Amino acid sequence: MAKGVLVDITRCMGCKSCQVACKQWNDLPASNPAFANGLTSPPDMDGYTYTTVKMEVIERDRDYIIRGAKRQCMHCEHPACASACFAKALQRDPKTGAVLYYPHLCVGCRYCMLACPFDIPKYQWDKQFPLVAKCQFCFDPEGKYDRLGRGLAPACVDTCPTGALKFGERDELLKEAWSRINSNPKYLKKVMGEKEAGGTSWLYISDVPFETFGFRPNLGIKPLPEYSHNFLKWTPIIAMGWGTLLTVLYHYTKRREQIASEGDKNVHM
Amino acid sequence: MSENKGLLKEIAEYKWKFTMTPARKVLLLLAGLGVVCMLYRLATGLGTSTNLSDKWPWGLWIGFDVLTGVALAGGGYGTAIIVHVLHRNKYHAIARSAMLTSLLGYLLVMAGLFMDIGQWFNFWRPFVSWGHSSVLFEVFWCVSCYTTVQVLEFGEIVTEKVGTKYHEAFKKALPVLMIIGIVFPTLHQSSLGALYLIMVDKLYPLWWSPYIGLLFLMSSFFVGPAMICVETALAGKAFNHEVPIPVLRGLVRISGVFMVLYLGLKLYDLANRGVFNLMFEGNLEGNLFLLEIILGIIIPIIIAFSGMSNTRRGLVTFGVLVSGGLIFNRMNVVFTGMSAAIGGWYFPSIMEWSVSIGLVAIGCLVYCFIVENFNILEHGEHKVIA
Repeated sequence: MAKGVLVDITRCMGCKSCQVACKQWNDLPASNPAFANGLTSPPDMDGYTYTTVKMEVIERDRDYIIRGAKRQCMHCEHPACASACFAKALQRDPKTGAVLYYPHLCVGCRYCMLACPFDIPKYQWDKQFPLVAKCQFCFDPEGKYDRLGRGLAPACVDTCPTGALKFGERDELLKEAWSRINSNPKYLKKVMGEKEAGGTSWLYISDVPFETFGFRPNLGIKPLPEYSHNFLKWTPIIAMGWGTLLTVLYHYTKRREQIASEGDKNVHM
Repeated sequence: MSENKGLLKEIAEYKWKFTMTPARKVLLLLAGLGVVCMLYRLATGLGTSTNLSDKWPWGLWIGFDVLTGVALAGGGYGTAIIVHVLHRNKYHAIARSAMLTSLLGYLLVMAGLFMDIGQWFNFWRPFVSWGHSSVLFEVFWCVSCYTTVQVLEFGEIVTEKVGTKYHEAFKKALPVLMIIGIVFPTLHQSSLGALYLIMVDKLYPLWWSPYIGLLFLMSSFFVGPAMICVETALAGKAFNHEVPIPVLRGLVRISGVFMVLYLGLKLYDLANRGVFNLMFEGNLEGNLFLLEIILGIIIPIIIAFSGMSNTRRGLVTFGVLVSGGLIFNRMNVVFTGMSAAIGGWYFPSIMEWSVSIGLVAIGCLVYCFIVENFNILEHGEHKVIA
């Protein structure tokens, strides 16, 4: 069964140790600190940053509360990026549910970046031959950066001190998410990722709106690859049908033209 | 006659012509500038030469050089259907120039696409690593195959002058090439639009549509005659060659019929999805959409079916409005329609502009060179007037 991570936004204290663990485990270069809203650093994921905790200050009951949501690849069950990639550089591992990027196959068209409903894939804009960058769920069939394949939790989950991140089977995490929601009225009655874009491996529960952290408010529940599939399934039929029709028309109009010109000759003779 | 000569020798001995005019000198300058920028971009990467970013991964090169370029080059397959499949011989006069424009258009699209991909040495990858669930995969295969087919089709014209011993072979292959050469663009003109199907939650509802593929296909078909009007007006001046008004008028009317169908489908789709009123919201998207529909579709329809299409001025106006409207439409899809969802700001860098302009300049120069050296504007019964 596919693995998952449950993110409980109410439990995050914004320590960013998950960000550090990710950089360290994946040998990603660090950069000079830059902040957004005074607290989020780095402001967004980039070509060398797979995850960032979005910190937001929210006004509630004439007071202010701070909430942090770790953002990274959601590892969709029906990934739009993988279906958009025309060279299979992005593929979903059916066993773990991890959506993996294979750099050697990448052409660099950046269609994945536009297709992703969560705006996750980033690009190494400063490189001569740039690659796409995104969270790999600490899964690596080659072994070097692998944790998931060895039965370990991703580096970020492993390091989280407050239990805001919990790793496990997706089904069980979903049950737990709903039992937490139902046993405590502070939570919104929604698990982000349960159905969005067809469902994701990473699931979020929160007491403040998910849009606060950059999730699109209008995410449908239909798997995005279906849109492309419903179009592409017509390709063979149209190609064959149209080709045949054209061939028939070609011969028909040519023959008609011949008869017409022979008719002309007869008249003139 | 050429049996004893090798192909290379024949090419070397052929009397090539290229007249230098002030306009061509400017074009050469722009082309040179474009080539320098292209080399710089290939050597240093996308970040140093473009204003693209994580928010705006697709910019001018995809929007203008690829999406718009392919549509404007759609005149080739449209003409092929009318002249070579339906045998409407009246339109023979414009068949070759339309197909030449189309061939050059596609070669430039390939160049623009090549500029835009990050791992450009990896461009062949989708030929072996089949990401067939991607709409881009269909675009990639169809554009590559169609460009090849067009080069072969063009072989029939080239071998009239050089390599004449291959002429018969090319001539025999032509009908088959023509039909393959219509099927491919039909598929990928629509798939270019269908690239945006997956961006259902991003592209503004006035442009996102379950029919976006069909809408792209129809617009690429009706823009063909418009491009021919513009092109023949330019070529008329440059080469003292005029296509008879009834020929152009006939094409413009075919175009008009498809524009009416396009408008109907567009309005039906907007009403069907309940987003019809978005165009009167008064926001940037709504206003630009109205501008696109009125200038690019409604006014040209009026021109096509009124007396105005009896005059050269009317035909040229039609051509400019429809081609401009199509460019506007593609730009709206790539930029206006996406900006609210992806945020931030994008304006092409000087280098992006000079590459795009340079590619167009190269296209114009090659067109002139080919027209001067091969039978494009005059062939068969059709002769130059002047």
